[in-house]
Amino acid sequence: MAIECLVLGAGQEIGKSCAVVTINGKRIMFDCGMHMGYDDHRRYPDFSLISKSRDFDNAIDCIIITHFHLDHVGALPFFTEVCGYRGPIYMTYPTKALAPLMLEDYRKVMVERRGEEEQFTSDNISECMKKVIAVDLKQTVQVDKDLQIRAYYAGHVLGAAMVYAKVGDSAMVYTGDYNMTPDRHLGAAQIDRLQLDLLITESTYATTVRDSKYAREREFLKAVHQCVAAGGKVLIPTFALGRAQELCILLDDYWERMNLRVPIYFSAGLTIQANMYYKMLISWTSQKVKETYATHNAFDFKNVRNFDRSLIDAPGPCVLFATPGMISGGFSLEVFKRWAPSEMNLITLPGYCVAGTIGHKLMSGKPTKIVLDKDNQVDVRCQIHQLSFSPHTDAKGIMDLVKFLSPQHVILVHGEKPKMASLKKKIHSELGITCYDPANNESVYIPSTNYVKAGASDAFMQSCMNPNFKFLKRGSEEIPNASIQRCTKALSPLQVSDERVVEGILIMEKSKKAKVVHQDELLLKLGAKRHEVQFAYCCPVSVEKLEKTATTDLTPATNVSSVTDKCILIKKLFTKLSSEFSVGDFRNLGEYIRLESFQASICSKDSCPYRITNSFQNKSKAVFFCCTWSGPDEKLAWKIISTLENAI
Amino acid sequence: MKFTCLSKGGGSNFPPCYILDFGGFRVLFDCPIDFSALTIFSPVPTDFDDIINEETSDCAAHKSSDAETVAQKRRKLEKPLDVNDLICAEPWYKTVNNLHLWNVSFIDIVLISSPVGMLGLPFLTQIKGFSAKMYVTEAAARIGQLMMEDLVSMHMEYRQFYGLEESTAPEWMKWEELELLPSALRNIALGKDGAEIGGWMPLYSAAHVKDCMSKVQTLKYAEETCYNGTLIIKAISSGLEIGACNWIINSPKGNISYISGSIFFSGHAMDFNYHALQGCDLILYSDFSSLDSTEDIDQSSLSNESSNWEELSKSLSNCEESSKEMEKLDFICSCAIDSVKAGGSVLIPVNRVGVILQLLEQIVMFLESSSLKIPIYIVSSIAEELLAYTNVIPEWLCKQRLEKLFSGEPLFAHIDLIKEKKIHVFPAVHSPKLIINWQEPCIVFSPHWSLRLGPTVHLLRRWRGDHNSLLVLENEVDADLALLPFTPMSMKVLQCSFLSGIKPQKIEPLLKILQPKLVLFPEDLRSHVRFSNINSSSVSYYTENETIHLPRLKESSELEISSDLASQFRWRILKQKNMNITRLKGELLINHGKHQLLSGNDQADPSENKPLLHWGSPDPENLLAELSKMGINGFVERSMTDAGSEEAFTVHVQNPEKALIEVRTEGTIISAPDENLASRIFEAIENILEGI
Repeated sequence: MAIECLVLGAGQEIGKSCAVVTINGKRIMFDCGMHMGYDDHRRYPDFSLISKSRDFDNAIDCIIITHFHLDHVGALPFFTEVCGYRGPIYMTYPTKALAPLMLEDYRKVMVERRGEEEQFTSDNISECMKKVIAVDLKQTVQVDKDLQIRAYYAGHVLGAAMVYAKVGDSAMVYTGDYNMTPDRHLGAAQIDRLQLDLLITESTYATTVRDSKYAREREFLKAVHQCVAAGGKVLIPTFALGRAQELCILLDDYWERMNLRVPIYFSAGLTIQANMYYKMLISWTSQKVKETYATHNAFDFKNVRNFDRSLIDAPGPCVLFATPGMISGGFSLEVFKRWAPSEMNLITLPGYCVAGTIGHKLMSGKPTKIVLDKDNQVDVRCQIHQLSFSPHTDAKGIMDLVKFLSPQHVILVHGEKPKMASLKKKIHSELGITCYDPANNESVYIPSTNYVKAGASDAFMQSCMNPNFKFLKRGSEEIPNASIQRCTKALSPLQVSDERVVEGILIMEKSKKAKVVHQDELLLKLGAKRHEVQFAYCCPVSVEKLEKTATTDLTPATNVSSVTDKCILIKKLFTKLSSEFSVGDFRNLGEYIRLESFQASICSKDSCPYRITNSFQNKSKAVFFCCTWSGPDEKLAWKIISTLENAI
Repeated sequence: MKFTCLSKGGGSNFPPCYILDFGGFRVLFDCPIDFSALTIFSPVPTDFDDIINEETSDCAAHKSSDAETVAQKRRKLEKPLDVNDLICAEPWYKTVNNLHLWNVSFIDIVLISSPVGMLGLPFLTQIKGFSAKMYVTEAAARIGQLMMEDLVSMHMEYRQFYGLEESTAPEWMKWEELELLPSALRNIALGKDGAEIGGWMPLYSAAHVKDCMSKVQTLKYAEETCYNGTLIIKAISSGLEIGACNWIINSPKGNISYISGSIFFSGHAMDFNYHALQGCDLILYSDFSSLDSTEDIDQSSLSNESSNWEELSKSLSNCEESSKEMEKLDFICSCAIDSVKAGGSVLIPVNRVGVILQLLEQIVMFLESSSLKIPIYIVSSIAEELLAYTNVIPEWLCKQRLEKLFSGEPLFAHIDLIKEKKIHVFPAVHSPKLIINWQEPCIVFSPHWSLRLGPTVHLLRRWRGDHNSLLVLENEVDADLALLPFTPMSMKVLQCSFLSGIKPQKIEPLLKILQPKLVLFPEDLRSHVRFSNINSSSVSYYTENETIHLPRLKESSELEISSDLASQFRWRILKQKNMNITRLKGELLINHGKHQLLSGNDQADPSENKPLLHWGSPDPENLLAELSKMGINGFVERSMTDAGSEEAFTVHVQNPEKALIEVRTEGTIISAPDENLASRIFEAIENILEGI
């Protein structure tokens, strides 16, 4: 069976992440996001590609959402409530807690700003979230008999997870968005070394290598500090979750250290409530933040208070967090209109703004005027600071993760096409892993791993564990510089290896499970006795020639009957064979010589039944070596024999 | 495979303790301390009255001659227990005695199933040679560590009073002193046969606790961890307490699950997840809670023969016991309200974290509904941290608490109650803030339930004479002995037992659903539970300190063969046995509890695929026929030398060259002048033999 990966979103682009993967017959949807840049049908993944009959319950075994960002969860209420998917949905605890806030925030903006028809209602969101099963990190969740999933810390936002899924013997990881370096409030991504057939990874920064985030954080703090010190007001338009808390931790901490008294405000409703979630979910933050929960919960911001509309025109400096981010409408737009005309004020913008928003306009060039509509325009004289830290991993992080996991195949998603292509090439050339970067609505097919299951007998397992020592002598010629070797003592002349042999017999019987046994057990099972087939050959060797080739002192072997003489002859033969056969480890066992199953001993019989050959005439000067061996060493044995005979 | 119950424990504060030998590894389940034995010691005598008392009664006795003292002490044996019988010394702590009979350096794995189950761990980690891997859930480890730290800090009070003790055994442990103890105390100190004296240990230090915790490996619920490549270990929520768990051990040789005291519906901790335990080969049932159950077992409900899965799970999901538990808490609250209304104070030295958290919420509700403004104090060195911790661990809590997370409310009400100053938290009775804020009547939660340690001792001395005040005690203490130092007691005492395990009527349906092959069940519970028919499972009963040898769980180990290796198989069909066999050669990989056979580096050369093993017996006619097919001719000579063995014969090959084939029952020897002929003869013989 194969693994099929159908990319419904975030293929060669950023937005509406959605990948549907079929492994060994199980179909999993990873993320169900929406595209912020489109208002038409392109906003959602094309779900009809999953099932033409729109029978999603049977087409999909489960949905897994990696984190609460809209481009990963935005289409979920639509898919469950409008399209009618009723199967299981998995998220981490923080994602389940925070996703409905994001969805509700987005829904309001859509309806209020654009007066658009609702894609889904508040009820849809809460109904959808009821179906979600919350999971903890590293918890192994058995979705059904065959499908197993597990979440790992991804570090991108609170509760972000990388997801491991296993069906039968095939396994894969879908990273979602992740960050390989820790930041002020979140830790770095963490995952076990897993055996994977497939890794689907984000590639937002496919070619960028970034330095530490701390420098950029300092830049931000400096800009804010300068502004408030000069009596200006700072507007930070953000979404309710994630960035707001991250910046707030930075500011609150900075305020403490610098002993600043300038008020930090949260615009009504939004974030104070969100902080409640962060406080309870503090175990999902970085180690440093986590450790302090008992004395002071880092999300219990000391300097933060609620904002009141009347404070917009109040004199004096302040910092204000207001929704929505990107100044796409709502309260942040209202404040923007009032504050932008003063050059004392500062507006900080996130690293990425969707085209069409005021945030996008402010970032592209340095506009002095923003046209809101026919009748309204705003003079922009304030300073603009663009936040340049982003909780995505950079190219080095992606390469590190791919190298660490060493999967069989990699699929890149969530990135820009040209950069992905270059990363794909790099993964292939540097790591030798096949890599794909499919476009939306394309499928990738890769083979899956499968094991044959069998029972193994104790005797077989035992035999596998038995040590199998081999002693190899290192020839001196292998050592290029003997003096250096002697100094380092690195290589001893004798090398010991212990390559355990796993040999057994697999038995298949009708209506029984396959079983692996040791070969002795097979005979027992069959009730048969071993019948050994051996070869024998009584080989004549000329003594003179043997003596000539041997380097030991010459002793005429006139009487071969005495034991010592036998030993001397064996020794001579041993020396000769050892010198002529570089491969193999001959062993001199006194009475005979052995190599594998080949054995040679001196035959003192007058008429050995195995002395078949007639080729040798000069019997008086010959010594007979009786050789035996068994089947597998046939070739080797005949080679030795021909060497022996050639000595004649 | 062997299994020994070292201790059946006593109640939820002293869980049972086992050793299991499985697949070559030795596993220890839990390492608790028996705090009920602490009651043989006298609490720190700080009270002025006590000292006066001692001087008048005891010291007078001491002044008489030695012989007389002994006689007087002897006489005490017959008298009912007296305050002065208690041991006045820095206490030691009683651990599981039978554990000390084992060489702890041979323990490979320690599995902890609840916070109280790990309180004895620092005793083990101090021992030289102890190197076992210890697994605890993250939450249990945190709460357990806090409990240990609290224990060390409470014990300091004794140390300050008695001074540093020399390293040798204390005075009270000498035999002559022990002999003089009243029998009730002596039984606790020595056990019935006097062997248990070895279980007493001097308390560990804060450094020992730190060292111990640094060696512990923490897990999430259902997180798989692999020991030594072969065992996969998982903690599954048991519902007893925050972080409490049951264990699953998977190995190629079978799956084991360990069921400790478990609660189906908890008001605080994540519920007993029994579904995860399904399909295990062996269940170690270690929940002794039904032993203390006072309820009559309704035999009629037991005898229902239903094996319908739905009905079974319905009988498990009957949450009667959790509503009873809430009633119990309500009763405690109403008693407390009565006391404070009468002007008395309430002291609640309960150990169970979950119960405390629920009681806090309940009592505040009761106070509000009767519009009383009575302060609630929590006096404990770890209370602040523990309360903060319980509000940041939604992943470890029951469904109702989790719903609070999703709606953005605090998990437990105490966070808000502390802010509203309805609950006050102080580290100790002597902390300045407490002295400033103290008001009576009040309701106080403080350790320790043994009434020998911590702020409880001081408060009990303060209120013991007030008949309006109330003491809430856990059932696990022997109230008479525990209250002995505080006599005469005018205070009301409410002793209650909290749910700490599976109800007897649920045991059978549970085991029916889990369907293990084998259940190990406590002998003590045999009379409480009748197994009418647990499908195909068999039940073995165990008693304390008896080693049970268990049959192997699986006939053979599981082996996975990689598909590229499997594709190289050359099958041989054995017709007479109706089986297919193939030779298998590869590399064995033991990884994550699985044995995998992968194709090795030396790829098998197909030409080498010759049988290495032969069996059968060549028949002379067949052999000649086979040989002649290959153009080899010869004649058979029946061997006369081998008397008795009729199958022995020799074939003299004449064509194409002279060669010899010697056939015996045990083997055949081929002797040919050249390689070609030899291998052809070999082939002919192979054709009439079976081989692999």
